[in-house]
Amino acid sequence: MSRRPAQKPPEVGTTGHQWDGIEELNNPLPRWWLWTFYACIAFALVYSVLYPAWPMISRATPGLLGYSTRGAVAAEIQAFADANAPIRAQLVAADLSEIADKPKLNEYATNVGASVFRTWCAQCHGSGAAGVQAAGYPNLLDDDWLWGGDIASIHTTITNGIRNTTGSDARYSEMPKFGEILTGDEIAQLVQYVRSISGQSNDAVLAASGAALFADNCVACHGEAGLGNRDLGAPNLTDAIWLYGGDVTALTHTITYARFGVMPNWSPRLSEADIRSVAVYVHGLGGGE
Amino acid sequence: MSSPDTHPPSLYAAREPIFPRRVKGWFRTLKWWIMGLTLGIYYITPWLRWDRGPNLPDQAVLIDLGGRRFFFFMIEIWPHEFYFVAGLLIMAGLGLFLFTSALGRVWCGYACPQTVWTDLFILVERWVEGDRNARLRLHRQSWNWAKARKRALKWTAWLLIAVATGGAWVFYVADAPGLLRDLVTLQAHPAAWLTIAGLTATTFVFGGFMREQICIYACPWPRIQAAMMDEDTITVAYREWRGEPRGNASVTDSGDCIDCMACVNVCPTGIDIRDGQQLACITCALCIDACDDTMAKIGKPRGLIDYLALTDEVLERSGSPQRAIWKHILRPRTILYTALWSAVGVGLVLALFLQSDIGLHVTPLRNPILVTLSDGSIRNTYDLRLLNKHGEPRTFRISLTSDQPLELSLEGHVSQTVTVPGNATTTQRVYVVAPSGSEAAGKDRTDLRLWVEDLGNNDRIHADTIFNGKGD
Repeated sequence: MSRRPAQKPPEVGTTGHQWDGIEELNNPLPRWWLWTFYACIAFALVYSVLYPAWPMISRATPGLLGYSTRGAVAAEIQAFADANAPIRAQLVAADLSEIADKPKLNEYATNVGASVFRTWCAQCHGSGAAGVQAAGYPNLLDDDWLWGGDIASIHTTITNGIRNTTGSDARYSEMPKFGEILTGDEIAQLVQYVRSISGQSNDAVLAASGAALFADNCVACHGEAGLGNRDLGAPNLTDAIWLYGGDVTALTHTITYARFGVMPNWSPRLSEADIRSVAVYVHGLGGGE
Repeated sequence: MSSPDTHPPSLYAAREPIFPRRVKGWFRTLKWWIMGLTLGIYYITPWLRWDRGPNLPDQAVLIDLGGRRFFFFMIEIWPHEFYFVAGLLIMAGLGLFLFTSALGRVWCGYACPQTVWTDLFILVERWVEGDRNARLRLHRQSWNWAKARKRALKWTAWLLIAVATGGAWVFYVADAPGLLRDLVTLQAHPAAWLTIAGLTATTFVFGGFMREQICIYACPWPRIQAAMMDEDTITVAYREWRGEPRGNASVTDSGDCIDCMACVNVCPTGIDIRDGQQLACITCALCIDACDDTMAKIGKPRGLIDYLALTDEVLERSGSPQRAIWKHILRPRTILYTALWSAVGVGLVLALFLQSDIGLHVTPLRNPILVTLSDGSIRNTYDLRLLNKHGEPRTFRISLTSDQPLELSLEGHVSQTVTVPGNATTTQRVYVVAPSGSEAAGKDRTDLRLWVEDLGNNDRIHADTIFNGKGD
């Protein structure tokens, strides 16, 4: 905003640098700026003695204070573990069915369960717990449960897993490969019958002859009405939910070659508190019984 | 490009001490009043009380950091309403632009905390050490008992002001009477002590020792303000065409300026306004008061140094009178700033009136979009964030309206009511089910309105969302 150029010759002189007639004045820096600069240097020296600083061959100089970021993280993790220890003990001690009535415990278990689920379960069941439709990874959001949907059943399933060889108490059942027992025509009739009891379009003639085959071969596990049996993990065949698909091709494949879904037992890998948390989380996803 | 000097001068300069002289006049009086007003607002505000009912703080202005709330008289701002604060900052910015384009650095000269506290510190300095000449003498003389006593007294007074300044600040972020009690009994939170210590140090150093260096070196505003100013902006200027050549008033061909240096001696940033408008000038107008005083003594009209615009200089040099002040101020730029400022202000006021004391935010869960249940019905899930801005717990009933037969249920509740604690937020998961084979189950999207109703006083608000069916 200066209305006129400097009238008096500058007292500070110029640096001698000149571009197109514009000269650079040699204005000094303020003293406090200089001292701030020196203070920074002093700080850096002290810092490099106290803290890890100078890179050596295998690692940096440790510093007099012995500080390390890994140590700080470990201490922080330990602090969280200590802070959570009481509520985790409470979680392990509580009766499974009573957790839902204790708002604080329920909230803690749900939040921990959500994070454990995303770490260990999401690979098969999906980050939203919807499984993989028609590919054998069950949707945990719906109200259809193979081995039971109350909190105790869910807890047992997570602890022991299903049809694995690593846990002695894994839930186990095996559907026979009916391709080795029945003829292709018979299987086609069974498929039509299964479609009829689940309310899907079907060939009534084939379905009628499939009914007898079903009574002979399937009721032992799936029940007379096809409602399934949770003790055996035998699915309900009359509802709208199909783990491997309910169309003719998928049903034919299921009956011919059978299915053998496996889930690991989590007891060796997760703590009891974590397993209970996941059970509470899964139970609260909308399908819990 | 030539080579630099062989013997360059020192690259570092010590601060030139400034000893502003006392001055009396219209602008000085105005500045005293503004100082009293702004300091009064700063120190008194935390102590104002405002009844908000039970369980809510009764402090009129409170930044509740722990509770994430901002209370301002009848207004309560939650974190998600931070746009109010953003809006206020935008208004402050636009207001600064408006005043700068109209009146130059009027903020710097009158209202900036750096100016106000520096003024206060200089006042204390003058009380203890005397006016300019006495202070100059004291500065030059070597240390003795009298000098040490005066310095100690001055620094103690400064320190007390600084402590009061830092102390007042923490009262804005905590219940003031309670915090004062904690401070007196030495039980206050370390953050309070650290804040007081930090602000005491900055006030003491900035007001007592840094002073104009903050304005000249540290503050970005002098650099930015040039963009706001133009030839119609009114700033402090010297009527060079009237004052020059300077010299003895008895010499007939000399100008009105008698080179008494009053304008330089009173300047808090130590400049000579007669060199023209410059970066260090904070337009505090004290030089106007000083010069008017001199003009009165030598019997010349006032206003040798005055508030002027650049266009006035052209007019006055050609013998015309200066333009009316309102003609300088009313121009497209200031009108635009005023319009923008008002628009933001009106928007904020409207938003304030539209605020409800229930809050509802609906997040449809999209992973997965829908769930098929065993009977073939379709379920959608929504997370409802419910805000209760009352001090007491409230029970809300959640319901839905839609032109399709949809059913609503709450996770973890048998009924459709949920209780939200006072002054808190709760997230409630809500399921909406379309029966098997219904239109909504098959359709891609169905419009849906979720209602939250306070069973106590029947206040209710709604949020619109959609229900996703199979869509095939």
